[in-house]
Amino acid sequence: MPRVVDNVQIGPMTWKMRVEVPRLVAKAKAGQFVIIRVNESGERVPMSIAGLNKDEGLLTIIYQVVGKTSALMTTVEGGGEISDCVGPLGVASHVENWGTACVVGGGIGIAPVYPIAQAYKEAGNKVISIIGARSKENLFYEKEHGEVADELHVCTDDGSYGHAGFVSDVLDKLLKDGAPIKMVMAIGPVPMMRVVTRVTKEYEVPTWVSLNPLMVDGTGMCGGCRVTVGGETKFACVDGPDFDGHAVDFDILTKRLNAYKEQERRAMKKFLDDPHCRLAESVRQFTYPGTK
Amino acid sequence: MVQKIEKKERMKIQRAQMPEQAPEERVRNFNEVPHGLTEEQALSEAQRCLECKKAPCIDGCPVEVDIPAFINLILEKDYAAAARKIKETNSLPAVCGRVCPQEEQCEIKCVLAKKFKPVAIGHLERFVADYERENDLVQIPAVAPPTGKKVAIVGSGPAGLTVAGDLVKLGHEITIFEALHKPGGVLVYGIPEFRLPKNIVQAECDAMRDTGVTFENSTIVGKMDTIDELFEQGYDAVFIGTGAGLPNFMGIEGEQLIGIYSANEYLTRSNLMRAFDEEGYDTPIIRGTNVAVLGGGNTAMDAVRTSKRLGADHSYIVYRRSEAEMPARAEEIHHAMDEGIEFHMLTTPIKFIGDEEGRVKQMECLKMELGPPDDSGRRRPVPIEGSNFIMDVDLVVVAIGNSSNPLIQSTTPGLETNRWGNITVNPETMQTSRPGVYAGGDIVTGGATVILAAGAGKKAARAIHQYLTNGAKPE
Ligand SMILES: Cc1cc2nc3c(=O)[nH]c(=O)nc-3n(C[C@H](O)[C@H](O)[C@H](O)COP(=O)(O)OP(=O)(O)OC[C@H]3O[C@@H](n4cnc5c(N)ncnc54)[C@H](O)[C@@H]3O)c2cc1C
Ligand SMILES: Cc1cc2nc3c(=O)[nH]c(=O)nc-3n(C[C@H](O)[C@H](O)[C@H](O)COP(=O)(O)OP(=O)(O)OC[C@H]3O[C@@H](n4cnc5c(N)ncnc54)[C@H](O)[C@@H]3O)c2cc1C
Ligand code: SF4
Ligand code: FES
Repeated sequence: MPRVVDNVQIGPMTWKMRVEVPRLVAKAKAGQFVIIRVNESGERVPMSIAGLNKDEGLLTIIYQVVGKTSALMTTVEGGGEISDCVGPLGVASHVENWGTACVVGGGIGIAPVYPIAQAYKEAGNKVISIIGARSKENLFYEKEHGEVADELHVCTDDGSYGHAGFVSDVLDKLLKDGAPIKMVMAIGPVPMMRVVTRVTKEYEVPTWVSLNPLMVDGTGMCGGCRVTVGGETKFACVDGPDFDGHAVDFDILTKRLNAYKEQERRAMKKFLDDPHCRLAESVRQFTYPGTK
Repeated sequence: MVQKIEKKERMKIQRAQMPEQAPEERVRNFNEVPHGLTEEQALSEAQRCLECKKAPCIDGCPVEVDIPAFINLILEKDYAAAARKIKETNSLPAVCGRVCPQEEQCEIKCVLAKKFKPVAIGHLERFVADYERENDLVQIPAVAPPTGKKVAIVGSGPAGLTVAGDLVKLGHEITIFEALHKPGGVLVYGIPEFRLPKNIVQAECDAMRDTGVTFENSTIVGKMDTIDELFEQGYDAVFIGTGAGLPNFMGIEGEQLIGIYSANEYLTRSNLMRAFDEEGYDTPIIRGTNVAVLGGGNTAMDAVRTSKRLGADHSYIVYRRSEAEMPARAEEIHHAMDEGIEFHMLTTPIKFIGDEEGRVKQMECLKMELGPPDDSGRRRPVPIEGSNFIMDVDLVVVAIGNSSNPLIQSTTPGLETNRWGNITVNPETMQTSRPGVYAGGDIVTGGATVILAAGAGKKAARAIHQYLTNGAKPE
């Protein structure tokens, strides 16, 4: 079973886990993802690659606590194990030297655009990175992005740090001011990716988005991850996760992500209500403020 | 040893009735439906066999199990020996005794079939295999001295497991790479618990591990190492048993709605991820009140019977041909009927209709009639103009077949495939266009049966052994 080297909280609801999976890491590339299972009764959850340490065989994933499984993940201690980690899954992000390329990361999307920014940089691009979060405390990887990007823009929705506003606003302004961006890669919540593609459509800048539909196997076997791109059905786990943002049907994606809303809510409540729940107090506070 | 009786007398014995859970009871649980024969029943059934010299039943068996010989061992009450007899040619009797279509293989050929009912070969096979396992009589086979040769097996379905079981005994070092977190292929992710309990598949895999087979689960060949890289790492031969795991959809309007599953997704959630047990496992599943399953094969029967157990009020089979053309096993169709499954024959959906949240709520269908036969020899269904009608459904499971997963083919240069993407092989040796690379099971034939996959594995194991020992370089 894969060993978890460390698993630390880096934001109110954000954790960073490093897993020792040398053979997987040797093959993995930016833009791909893995599927993990925490324990025998657990679900298979997809997680983007947020960092690869080829020398030590370490995979970094950064995750947000949104439900039972992500909450359960926080309980794994450094030195512990998870049941499975399979990958690398999906097609690696397309990388070439376009001259100037821009990565846009919103919320948890800040994590997966980091290795992509690195890959763009290595290919010789001038890299402009735009990262944004709800508030200052939700922001992470600013330093990492700063080390890679030729130009880093940071923003927060509430204006508590950096530019006040959305990542798409910053991108819009850059394009309006004539930044020579030839390619955009945007990863984040679906509404954010949708807005970014609207902006870049206007300036006719090709844009990749990384889609995160619900998945089961991640090998093309179930079709649960199907998305509509340019009117065609694609399986995000094998045909993606990166797709042409201007062709993606975001409406269908948004709806499909809500397929299990009711079951998810029940599972999370049951988990937190369990007196043995060892979950960090912060998660409990966030989900049910004011409880002990 | 049971006293043998006159042939005439034997023919008077009634075929044993498999005891099973009553339909009202079983639709509320996931326990296995048939309980298995009692010892008494098995002995009585074994008496029925006439021990034909030129046993036609053997010709009907794709792997030529010596049927009268194993039945005779039942009469000697040496059930473990009977199981071992079967295992000489079929390594998975507990599985095959449950899921093989005996009624169209060995039993249909049984001499008794014409005038009486055929010997219940499948039930007896299951009986001896269960007896052996439940009484801890499974022997770890003797393993030949190490040959120093390494074989990689891609996929742990019945094809891959059979190759592994045969080659490990011959002293080769065997590693099975499996994409999912549990080995067994369709046996674990597809076929439901109520037809094939998962502990049986697990026991088969455990026995193999004890014999020396290494299982590397959660390892996708082509994503992790490619076949060429396996050779570079010192493997001497590779067997590809990756199955037919790419679900087909209808390609009609509304197929992206929530509540429309492929059979693979629905069954994987329920079987592999055990979503039927909401208390014990985390993976969710849509349960549905009015469930339509599209298709008429074993997969469709498994899905529709699952939906009933998950609490549906109405579970429908919607099939575009008539009952006579349904490819599912007769036994499964009857089980489904007993469980109150409603059959809409000669019906095909043309559109799915959703609510504001994007959940399926209705399905528009057309009635069909049978025209002249098509390439498959079955009469072609043709739509009846203006016969459109609406069905209220909140869950639809599409069970219209699978295609081959292209991953291995696309990452293995020089591996030839046919126009459906199936790997082409020499039918005698199961060797592919690449030296040292063999393939078998659904990846070669398209969706078929457990025993055909296992039979292909047998052939491949023989050829691989020859290749590894005489270095019989392929022409
Ligand atoms: C290719 C891919 C890469 C991903 N990478 C990451 C990552 O790097 N970090 C990370 O935190 N999450 C990532 N996700 C999402 C992650 O898999 C889900 O957040 C996780 O499965 C939630 O499980 P849960 O039990 O905690 O929450 P659940 O109880 O299952 O869900 C709670 C809430 O989260 C939403 N949710 C569930 N699954 C997804 C999903 N697949 N995508 C978006 N929202 C979802 C639900 O709609 C629901 O509102 C990725 C998903 C995919 C498909
Ligand atoms: C729901 C259902 C019910 C059925 N019922 C019956 C029945 O009653 N009787 C009967 O005889 N037959 C039945 N069948 C058919 C039968 O199960 C198959 O014909 C048989 O399992 C094929 O075996 P296989 O070894 O070729 O492949 P599979 O059983 O499909 O196994 C292939 C395995 O390979 C793995 N794999 C794929 N690609 C890779 C890769 N790149 N790397 C590593 N691993 C990989 C897959 O994850 C899978 O586990 C049924 C099929 C289904 C779907
Ligand atoms: S054909 Fe029937 S009666 Fe004859 S050997 Fe086979 S099972 Fe026995
Ligand atoms: S997750 Fe099953 S096909 Fe993509």
